[in-house]
Amino acid sequence: MWRFIGLRSLQAIPVILAVITVTFFLVRAAPGGPFSSEKAVSPQVQAALEAQYRLDQPPLQQYISYLSDLVQGNMGPSFYYPGRSVDELIFQGLPITAELGFYALLIAVIIGSFAGVIAALKPNTMQDYVPMSLAMVGICMPSFLLGPSLVLVFGILLDWLPVSGWGDSRGDKILPSITLGAMYAAYIARLSRSGMLEVMSQDYLRTARAKGLPEYVVILKHALRGGLLPVISYLGPAFAALLSGSFVVETIFQIPGLGRFYVQAAFNRDYTMILGTTVFLSTLIVVFNLLSDIAAAWLNPRLRYQFNK
Amino acid sequence: MMSHRFRICGLLLLSFFLVACGGGADSSRVATGNAEGVLHFGNGTEPQGLDPHIVTGVPEHHIIGALFEGLVTKNPYTLEPEPGVAESWDISNDGKIYTFHLRENARWSNGDLVTAEDFRWSWERALTPELGSLYNYMFFPILNAEGFAIGELDDFSDVGVKALDERTLEVTLREPTPFILQLFDHYSTYPVHPATVLAFGAPTDRFSQWSREDNIVTNGAFTLTEWQINSHIRVEKSEYYWDADEIKLNAIVFYPTENIVTEERMFRDEQIHFTNEVGLDKIPVYRAEQPELLQIAPYLGTYYYLINTNKEPFNDVRVRKALSMAIDRDLLVETILENLFLPSYALVPPGTLGYEPPKTFGYDPEQARQLLAEAGFPNGENFPAFDILYNTQENHQKIAVAVQQMWSETLGISAAPMNQEWKVYLDSTDNFNYSISRRGWIGDYVDPNTFLDMMITDGGNNKTGFSDPRYDQLILREAPAMLDQDERFKLYQEAESILMNAMPIIPIYTYQSKHLKHPSLKGLPANIMDYYNWKYVSLEASE
Repeated sequence: MWRFIGLRSLQAIPVILAVITVTFFLVRAAPGGPFSSEKAVSPQVQAALEAQYRLDQPPLQQYISYLSDLVQGNMGPSFYYPGRSVDELIFQGLPITAELGFYALLIAVIIGSFAGVIAALKPNTMQDYVPMSLAMVGICMPSFLLGPSLVLVFGILLDWLPVSGWGDSRGDKILPSITLGAMYAAYIARLSRSGMLEVMSQDYLRTARAKGLPEYVVILKHALRGGLLPVISYLGPAFAALLSGSFVVETIFQIPGLGRFYVQAAFNRDYTMILGTTVFLSTLIVVFNLLSDIAAAWLNPRLRYQFNK
Repeated sequence: MMSHRFRICGLLLLSFFLVACGGGADSSRVATGNAEGVLHFGNGTEPQGLDPHIVTGVPEHHIIGALFEGLVTKNPYTLEPEPGVAESWDISNDGKIYTFHLRENARWSNGDLVTAEDFRWSWERALTPELGSLYNYMFFPILNAEGFAIGELDDFSDVGVKALDERTLEVTLREPTPFILQLFDHYSTYPVHPATVLAFGAPTDRFSQWSREDNIVTNGAFTLTEWQINSHIRVEKSEYYWDADEIKLNAIVFYPTENIVTEERMFRDEQIHFTNEVGLDKIPVYRAEQPELLQIAPYLGTYYYLINTNKEPFNDVRVRKALSMAIDRDLLVETILENLFLPSYALVPPGTLGYEPPKTFGYDPEQARQLLAEAGFPNGENFPAFDILYNTQENHQKIAVAVQQMWSETLGISAAPMNQEWKVYLDSTDNFNYSISRRGWIGDYVDPNTFLDMMITDGGNNKTGFSDPRYDQLILREAPAMLDQDERFKLYQEAESILMNAMPIIPIYTYQSKHLKHPSLKGLPANIMDYYNWKYVSLEASE
């Protein structure tokens, strides 16, 4: 087990290094620099700015200084927000995005696996068709449509919930969490349905029923464990995707999270910020993939056996 | 199936709980704000920063205008200069020397006196090349300021700024520059507190923390109390401000309302008193249902197309004129722009403190066709296909499509709308890698010069290749030296006629500022600069 974790962690290093290298040179190759603006910038000002941000050095030297700073935990100053470091900006937005992602994932798991399981219990009946059609709608409905629709109904027409903000007024976290979680709930519903269907036809379930166990014990104790395996492996990447993909929801609901920084950094050609967020998020994705592999192994006795060998 | 029932009950309970939590019983932010004197203000985007000598945007301007004060301010109704830190000023007979007398009670938010030396020090900082201030050109009318900014002069004592004593600042200009007082109300000329800046690093250090909420020292009507990035910025009434008795608001909260759809919903939900924008699609709705909430006024900005005059066939003035005359601006405004904007036939917007731009042409399809034929393209035959470049945005696209159609129908030439992401578009335009490119320009101050000085030969914002010696002479030499306003405007009209006869740009419309304003908000009138003076603003309870 430890060997597996150690090996996978080592594999992550070249992946992340490749991400840094590609991003570093790609952002510099993109047309338009961090200081280009509609108003002309005089050559003296341009030179002064480049000097302050080390852009006057050859790219390779910039790359090496960036790496050496990064190893010391310093992601450099933001090019767009003078006086702010990338570390500071990321750690300001991260807790908010993580909280949002956590609620969204919670909603997704509860609603998704519940819908998937009940659908799998009676396949090809109304109990299957209704939740699965809803799931299809959920997958297809983009958050920029769902979010404003929810706001219109619950925020403006019914006036039950605030239309924007995060932690500013009571209940303002509900709509963004649902908006962000909906698509994942739908996906999880489909995953758990197919997982359950596969498990339900296994011999060991027939054994369990033959032993005379009540149906709910069969489902909860024996079927769920195997049936939800695909969901577990999906959770890691899903959480990472929630963190990096919350931009639309954060914009719709005025949430000061990481997703907005990530996208704005690209538009602003904020080199260090693009790099910082990309490196940070790709590290997260690698870590969460690793975690969900471990969780899947722990839940699946066959895999667990292989690791312990 | 017990457990499922439990789960359903649980879910129902949970959702009930969530909804109950939400409860609509909260009174709105606007209502609370009215009771407490707190203005909730939709401010567009998160400011890049609050250092007046580094930042450049409009949202920054709104906040910095509350935190700092320059030598003069403006009346929001007339835009005439009013005393700020300077209680009075003398102007020499030749109009080149301004002597400002600073107030004895102008103070920084830590109680220090605002001195003439603070201004001199701040201006030296703003002009020092290493700082890389994008707005340093605002100082260039001052004697030798440009030389110092581009590194030709090393000694700031050569620049025309002297602190004669603690409360007297003498500014010597290169030319009389009649609009100079407006520049002294621009945030790039605001003073900063030298000791505070120095406490957090070198004066030219862009990474300095001096302007953060715990560190910053300001001299304006408000002080910074909260700065949560991408969430809000709160400023509160300053007890040290010299005119504190006149301030009616207790606080202003600025929200980075980047998404105009969200912003409008926040307004409808009474979370903000004032929006930074109104979507074009919402204008007819509000006009029909609640016109009293709309605040729309002409804005000091022009929407136009650049023409690359170095490129064939656009190097032929007849082609450029034909393109411009073939656009039916009235139709464009009526159909696409919700009758909101004004058709434009010159670079300077009308009503710029009394300046009226010359109208040298109009919509004239006949003459357009004739000009194109004279240029060798009768009925558009053999005219090469070209792109209309614009930065990705829905309205730019609609306009480009309409213009393309007008050119195709009237002139028989084929143009294709082409969008590029903002920075790519800037790059293409900067490198003359375009035929026709969309452009907008907002004036820095209310004077024709802020538009016309763009188009001088090789000017950084010219971007068209246009060059005319007489034009340069008028803009750089004759107009700045002219003291009489009417005569000066005549010189600008002459220059603008030269420009429009060469047609390196195709003016399309004059901007309008558009906002939603809560009825309780007073003292925030519409004006051509969309300028707000927070001192005048007050809130009245709506009942």
